[in-house]
Amino acid sequence: MKVIINKYLSKLTARGLAEEGKPVFLALDAEMASNRPMAEIPSELKSLFDFMNMNSVLYSEPAPFHKKMLDEITTRGEIFGLNSEKVIPEDCETRTFFHDIPIVHEFSAPAMARALSKRKSAILKGGGILSYGVVTPEQAYIAYSSTCFSLLVKYFHDSLRYLLACSRSGRKPDGSFLRAFSEISGLAGNTRALPGPALAGNIPDDEDAIVEAISGAGRAVVEHRLVDSCFGNASFVSAGHIYISQTGSSLDELRTCIDKVPLDGSSSVGITASSELSAHKAIYLQTGRRAILHGHPEFSVVLSMHCGRDCGLRGQCHRACPEKRFAAGYPVVPGEIGTGPTGLANTVPEAMEKGGAIVYGHGVFASGLTGFAEAFRILFKIEQDCRKEYLRLARSLAGIS
Amino acid sequence: MSGYTGKSLRVDLTRKKTESFETPMELRADFIGGRGMGVGLIGERITNAWDSPGTPLVFATGPLVGTASPTSGRLSVVSRSPLTGTVFDCSVGGRFGTELKKAGFDLIEITGRADDWVLLDIKDNAVSIEDGRKLSGKNTSELSGGFKNCSHAVIGRAGENGVRFASIVFDGHYCAGRGGLGTLMGAKRLKAVRVKGTGNIRVQDPGQLKSAREEIMRLLRASQAVFGEFGLSEFGTAALVDLIHSRRMEPTRNFCATFFPEAGAYSGYRMLTRYKAKKAGCAGCPVLCKKLGAGGEVMPEFESASHFGALNGISDIEAIVEANRVCNDYGMDTITAASTIACHSEITGEAIGPDEFIRLLHSIGEKDDGLGEALGEGSLRYARSLGREDLSMSVKGLELPAYDPRGAYGMALAYATSNRGGCHLRAYPISHEILRKPVATDRFSFEGKARTIKIAEDMNAAVDSLTACKFVFFAAGLEEYAKAINAVTGMDYDVQKLLKTGERIWLLERKLNGLNGFGPPDDDLPERFFKEEGTSSAHIKIPPLDRNDFLNALRNYYRIRGYKGFDRPDIKVS
Repeated sequence: MKVIINKYLSKLTARGLAEEGKPVFLALDAEMASNRPMAEIPSELKSLFDFMNMNSVLYSEPAPFHKKMLDEITTRGEIFGLNSEKVIPEDCETRTFFHDIPIVHEFSAPAMARALSKRKSAILKGGGILSYGVVTPEQAYIAYSSTCFSLLVKYFHDSLRYLLACSRSGRKPDGSFLRAFSEISGLAGNTRALPGPALAGNIPDDEDAIVEAISGAGRAVVEHRLVDSCFGNASFVSAGHIYISQTGSSLDELRTCIDKVPLDGSSSVGITASSELSAHKAIYLQTGRRAILHGHPEFSVVLSMHCGRDCGLRGQCHRACPEKRFAAGYPVVPGEIGTGPTGLANTVPEAMEKGGAIVYGHGVFASGLTGFAEAFRILFKIEQDCRKEYLRLARSLAGIS
Repeated sequence: MSGYTGKSLRVDLTRKKTESFETPMELRADFIGGRGMGVGLIGERITNAWDSPGTPLVFATGPLVGTASPTSGRLSVVSRSPLTGTVFDCSVGGRFGTELKKAGFDLIEITGRADDWVLLDIKDNAVSIEDGRKLSGKNTSELSGGFKNCSHAVIGRAGENGVRFASIVFDGHYCAGRGGLGTLMGAKRLKAVRVKGTGNIRVQDPGQLKSAREEIMRLLRASQAVFGEFGLSEFGTAALVDLIHSRRMEPTRNFCATFFPEAGAYSGYRMLTRYKAKKAGCAGCPVLCKKLGAGGEVMPEFESASHFGALNGISDIEAIVEANRVCNDYGMDTITAASTIACHSEITGEAIGPDEFIRLLHSIGEKDDGLGEALGEGSLRYARSLGREDLSMSVKGLELPAYDPRGAYGMALAYATSNRGGCHLRAYPISHEILRKPVATDRFSFEGKARTIKIAEDMNAAVDSLTACKFVFFAAGLEEYAKAINAVTGMDYDVQKLLKTGERIWLLERKLNGLNGFGPPDDDLPERFFKEEGTSSAHIKIPPLDRNDFLNALRNYYRIRGYKGFDRPDIKVS
């Protein structure tokens, strides 16, 4: 268990979600394992296992960037629309899987267990994020990471909404909010300085080469932090088959997690493929492109949710927005994960004319005509442009230079 | 309490008496419904012989049955298995549970033994035990055709003839398949139960239930395994034929190999295209995983197809569909039937072709003198009678389904620890080891699996007691179902409370099995899996299970469960 714990702790710090030395990760099979000496672990965390049928628990104060957002969200109810009990995420992925994130007011095992008995993660007011797993410690990592993502989206989206409301009503934004926003958005503006990865522009129709190309593209997406946790998906079409990452696979560990799915549907091995398989297939069939990357880049998601209109479909935007919308010039479409009339397979393909599109509150699909170099370039550029546009808009509304 | 009718039905076939009684509050509170309620109701009466008149046969619904909660139109059939001797439950679909609830009953407890064949007839409050002699001798398709505008549970000739793994067939093709509960129904001389209800189920908070339903449906739509292009909704469970084949873990020729090159001949895709199969399913289910051919043929489930196919070296899809029909018609468990024939084939060294295979199934169903009668006892008794117990691929006498444990180590552990024997559904580790839900685990490792299996056993005991379908849990979780049951009943369940209830049910089952002499030596796998390797490829190695690793995981499991007796001398760690 210790090996598994250490693997996900490394991911946590590499993704900038927690500082080294802060997380406490406990896993229990017959014996308890942890990243820390048992004597140093708060008894409240250890005794959580007495209250809960689970195999792992992860607790950490988030890294400063996320910690500041967490503190802002949990202390400014009038802006972030929370009650004292929970945070309600509005992005598609976390809303689908999390529903809401409870807030725990005391660091006690019964209080924490009560919250985790209802949801996959919880926020300790003034402290950190708590999550757990029942099948493997990876679940605790995913829940922690997705909570960070959810909080980031909520913070920037709600802040923009607040600034817009202030601007429209001629009200001056709260001074302490502005100071915090300035600091946090400043940190957000400084997190991208990586050189572009060397990805294949053309991929031969050779199975090993295809797997290698998909693996490399997946790693690049993770290294450039264009996904939450490590989840997104990647695919390539060749000789009547889609090679696609499996559901729940980490984009930085794809080598053994790629399904080869016949386009004619003659084998059901694709039952373990990414849940976006149908969307990928529809894009290939409608555009003739050959490579697709799908990520959840933060500011593309945030900006896709920004809408100044107050129409009767509020709350249904993610699946029923009838408007032709754009974020930083890129098309934004509604669509839910998976199948159904509002599924991504029905909404995304026609927006992919120029190679990329944003799904409302969810993420970005980017494609390449021959390989992943173009797809990655589009994915990266969409996120960069959305970040710039968000910061320009917010600072202009806030009157920050 | 909303969600329950509050009333149950007791039937004494010996005295031909029926009476209603209040569904005990402690059963509702401690065991929810379905499997848990059935096990709790039977309690220590489990020590009766399976064919004793005093052994109850229970049909139990749950609080979600008949409501808008997705996939909850199920019920559990619970008793003592004639095949394994353990406490045994089967979760079954169709409309029976819904009709029973609408008729005003949470469950039926049947005891006694009729003098001759009878039919139990329930029309709302009107309950009667009717003369069933004219139904005798009929198989399930003929019986089903005679029942109109109602739901029904029947046994075929296999159940009448005492085939030890006879099933109960609901509404034509939904089976309480495993463990021989149809044999027990036959021993009671109960040929059929017919039910029609017109009442409504009261829901405490319809708005909250609607919200829970929307959350569950959103997750289902997001699940590739359920609603994806190749998911259960499109292909049925036969979608797994290609997948298990590609993972080189399909039991082949009585588990002598783990790869059958011709498996593609009976894949889900082949069934859909060859038979122009359409969707069908249980009451209240949006998934509709049952597949019916254009000519009314019932497509076999994955486990049945694979065992009629790979396990017996048969690639003829028509023979496989026919074998499935014959088993359903006689009312016999497909897994045990196929596995027993595969065992016979290995012991005798006779290759059995498709025609002979079908002939043997008829012979078993009729319990013909000689071979049919011998095979009708199941693989363990058959193999033991020939001194080759080692070639029965079973645990606690229940034949293993179509996931070779050498290809999924959590499955290996779960087969061994299962309270009802060699069953894939108690912990269903295929969900994470193969289908990657809710997350993927390393299928070739026992690391951490002891607790994972324990928690999953508890969870599935709760799921079976909610009478929800396990397939939903490829997408949703107890989190969403806690909201649904709270909305229906007004109670205050959460994930941990449901898991705790599941644990209570599991431990009660373990205790009841203990009363019948089951203990640590029964928590083991056939020797073959530790000595013989599977069929490896250049990329996938299928070595034999490491005995020490397995026993260490089992020891961990015992510690986590709080079981005693692992260090008995009859379990040896080399």
